[in-house]
Amino acid sequence: MAHAHKLEIFRGLWKFKSNTQKIWGVLAFLTLVTAIEVVLGIYKPESLMHTWLDPMEGGFFATLYNIILSPFIYMKPLNLIFILLTIVKAYYITWDFMHMRDEKSSLRRAVVWTGVFLICYLIFILLQEGGYVFEVYNTDDALIKRDF
Amino acid sequence: MDTTVANTGTEGKTWGGGNRPLGASYGKLMMWFFIVSDALTFSGFLAAYGFSRFKFIGEWPIADEVFTHVPFFHGNYPMIYVAFMTFILIMSSVTMVLAVDAGHHMNKAKVTLYMFLTIIGGAIFVGSQAWEWATFIQGDYGAVQTKGGNILQFGEYVDVDGEQKFKRISIDDFAVPVADVRVEHERKNGLWFVDEAPLPEYSVNEIYKGLEANPNILVRNQIINEEGEKTVLSREESLKQIKENGQLVVKGANLVVNEYGTSLFADFFFFITGFHGFHVFSGVVINIIIFFNVVLGTYERRGSYEMVEKVGLYWHFVDLVWVFVFTFFYLV
Repeated sequence: MAHAHKLEIFRGLWKFKSNTQKIWGVLAFLTLVTAIEVVLGIYKPESLMHTWLDPMEGGFFATLYNIILSPFIYMKPLNLIFILLTIVKAYYITWDFMHMRDEKSSLRRAVVWTGVFLICYLIFILLQEGGYVFEVYNTDDALIKRDF
Repeated sequence: MDTTVANTGTEGKTWGGGNRPLGASYGKLMMWFFIVSDALTFSGFLAAYGFSRFKFIGEWPIADEVFTHVPFFHGNYPMIYVAFMTFILIMSSVTMVLAVDAGHHMNKAKVTLYMFLTIIGGAIFVGSQAWEWATFIQGDYGAVQTKGGNILQFGEYVDVDGEQKFKRISIDDFAVPVADVRVEHERKNGLWFVDEAPLPEYSVNEIYKGLEANPNILVRNQIINEEGEKTVLSREESLKQIKENGQLVVKGANLVVNEYGTSLFADFFFFITGFHGFHVFSGVVINIIIFFNVVLGTYERRGSYEMVEKVGLYWHFVDLVWVFVFTFFYLV
């Protein structure tokens, strides 16, 4: 039977002769990514444990700067790396194991855009609210204090 | 993909699944529908976890200190076992996709073999998760819960390669038995047929006596300091905190108390990994059903192994969710 598998990953950098070979190639890549995550998680390099940028104070443009660069300002680089690697893994699982690469682009978009949009929205709202509650508990003039 | 054609008597019936709107068959499309909605369910859970974590960002338990055990090995190995579990699940995803591929070639023997390996992988994963739960529930060192519901843990400073490291000490190693412990209320005493949950192994008083007797032991609280470690209190402060605020001795974790820190952590851990584990379990059951269908030759007669592809989609989705659970519970 003829198969419509696309037999290359990394935008054609890595080509395969058969679908089976591609599966093993993707497995090798996913294993490598997981291994990197685990090694980073165990050793936690000191240079990745503190944020690289500080938030700017005052004014509209300072706020804009803080929002645009928020992943670098408010998140440890190590955690940012973990999240990016997770999304990379998710991409290859969906594209090659679930054969999204071989589906029509309309199906691909219906699934991916819907999910990505709603999930980003949900995460933004809930994390924003969680940060706000943290502020309520922890500012200097907070009325609610930790009770031991 | 056009390569698999399922002749299930729906040809030409537009509203019966007969046409293929996005080039995918009715069954596959419906599986994608389900996956999108299930993905939203899981992201709802994970976002709720993120909400609670952001709320207590200064005192959330550090995963590396919670999940440190490997079966059959003693000692401190953070991450190793869960990395193994992740690998098992990815591996079973690979055998699943190989089964789908063999199905495209109508190779019944290979589909059977790969489906079997997938089921084994899923079973190992579920078993590992059960073990992980059991270890988490059983607990490690024990701790004292304060009146405000915070957790105080115990340890001492030891010299490791010329560096002062805080090493945890189990409450079993220093608690001093005291005679005046309250007796558990049983059904046969006092108010009839009313009993209470088993009392903790130690009373706070016993822990306090033990702490007093061992000048090397210090208390640490939940607050994460500048170095990203939990705050260790001074000796005087340690004694004071246990005496004034200690209320309950806890060991292990359940939905009410959690020796590792805020009980929300345990609640979300049980809920999210439990819900994922339930997905893996149902995935294994569905895989077994499909496996027997393959063995019986159902798909051979139907002329298409598309059913394997559909259950494969579900199985990969379970793997996909685990990748995120792994990141947000164990790494970040």
